[in-house]
Amino acid sequence: MKFGYYPGCSLSGTAKEFDLSLKEVIGVLNSNLEEINDWSCCGASSAHILSHLLAVALPARNILLAKKQGLNNVVAPCAACYNRLLTSQHELKLDEKIRIKTEELLEEKYTDGIEICNLIQLFEKIGTDNIKALVKTDLSGLKAACYYGCLLLRPSEITKFDDNEDPSSMERIVNAAGAKAVDWSFKTECCGASHSFPHVEIVEKLSKSILDNAIHHNADVIITACPMCHANLDMRQKNIIKHNAGQKSIPVLYLTQLLGIAFGIDFNKLGLNRHTIDPAPLIKEKIKRIQLREAVV
Amino acid sequence: MEQVTDIFLKRLIDITSQNPSQCYQCGKCSAGCPVRDFLETPPNRIVRFVQLGLYELALTSASIWLCAGCLTCTSRCPKNFDLAKFMDALRQIAVQDKIEPADKKVFKFHKAFMNQVKKHGRSYELGLIRDYKLSTGDFLQDIDAAPSAFMKGKISITPHNIKDKEKIKKIINKAAESDSP
Repeated sequence: MKFGYYPGCSLSGTAKEFDLSLKEVIGVLNSNLEEINDWSCCGASSAHILSHLLAVALPARNILLAKKQGLNNVVAPCAACYNRLLTSQHELKLDEKIRIKTEELLEEKYTDGIEICNLIQLFEKIGTDNIKALVKTDLSGLKAACYYGCLLLRPSEITKFDDNEDPSSMERIVNAAGAKAVDWSFKTECCGASHSFPHVEIVEKLSKSILDNAIHHNADVIITACPMCHANLDMRQKNIIKHNAGQKSIPVLYLTQLLGIAFGIDFNKLGLNRHTIDPAPLIKEKIKRIQLREAVV
Repeated sequence: MEQVTDIFLKRLIDITSQNPSQCYQCGKCSAGCPVRDFLETPPNRIVRFVQLGLYELALTSASIWLCAGCLTCTSRCPKNFDLAKFMDALRQIAVQDKIEPADKKVFKFHKAFMNQVKKHGRSYELGLIRDYKLSTGDFLQDIDAAPSAFMKGKISITPHNIKDKEKIKKIINKAAESDSP
């Protein structure tokens, strides 16, 4: 299967391992990603704070580029990009005034017809059976808390994706990869998002409660599909541990990295070595334990 | 929608396509707001300020800057009032009218972010951190995290410039012109 690809700024920077692991996994799944030529920033969490017009126009430029390239669908693995691209599409469709202003700004006519998919929808299209068929590593001893965060789901009027209070689509992918998705309460709580720099105290408090809830429900790892969530839960975890006596650590993986491990791809190719909380020792131990158990049987 | 004569309200409705009068103050938004503990004024009260015409109180509140944009309020509102969009609009109007933000750090962060996009067409994290730190004078934060971020290749030394970066600069400048009241 071929998909259009909008990596977004994070995947070419702080979340490079998301991009690396996605490409590895897509290769194994016999699919292709075609990157939008000369794509630009979607405005992320910032444009919509400062200007409504800019928040609509910046994603629209990329949608038009994809269209010119002949792409029918575009995968935006970053939850924030996915949300901004969809919101822009939605507003351009419903609000004629903003469409006219956007066209003036971009100096071209806006036409739609591109399907924007998030990471989970990409794997749903490929199919859980195809994922299952390619699993090489037994991950049945690995308990995973699937963390959706905010922007994959909300607002459902725009995303039209899963249940925004109690989603389960990521769990189906994780289970197809052979790991065990746990039931927990903080799947859709906010991690503090872009307050990571201006108000790290907010991020530490919100992210701590997410980490705590995952640990409380006996998860070994947290699985995410958002670079901003990953940065807050993984990079900020070091300080959360420093500031809270007795705080346990929990590795945070991208969904693509979990699939990569299941497919037997080398850890460094998946960028596991780039995390603050190193997931490799725990994953290796889990895999070893399963192999030992099988050897005994 | 009924005829609105109030200029501020007109601007707000123009951005959000909804009238804040539809909120009946049940407070569900504030009950589920993840940053509620950090807010002096809860989100439903910001809506109330606007309903009562107390626009300055809304525009000068730190709450509008501390809203994390998580959209929980929007998705739970029994009246389908898009509160996250309403918060966006208040911030946008505050910026357009050059009202000093009650929380300067958040404003400066987003400003620094958009400046990178304007320069390179994409975000450039090192430039963002530099500009943000220069504008706030907060040089010590994250000084311990920086070496490991570099070692792990999380932050690239050089920016990535898109080919058509002039176009992005033009879009951002023209949008600012179009937004100015």
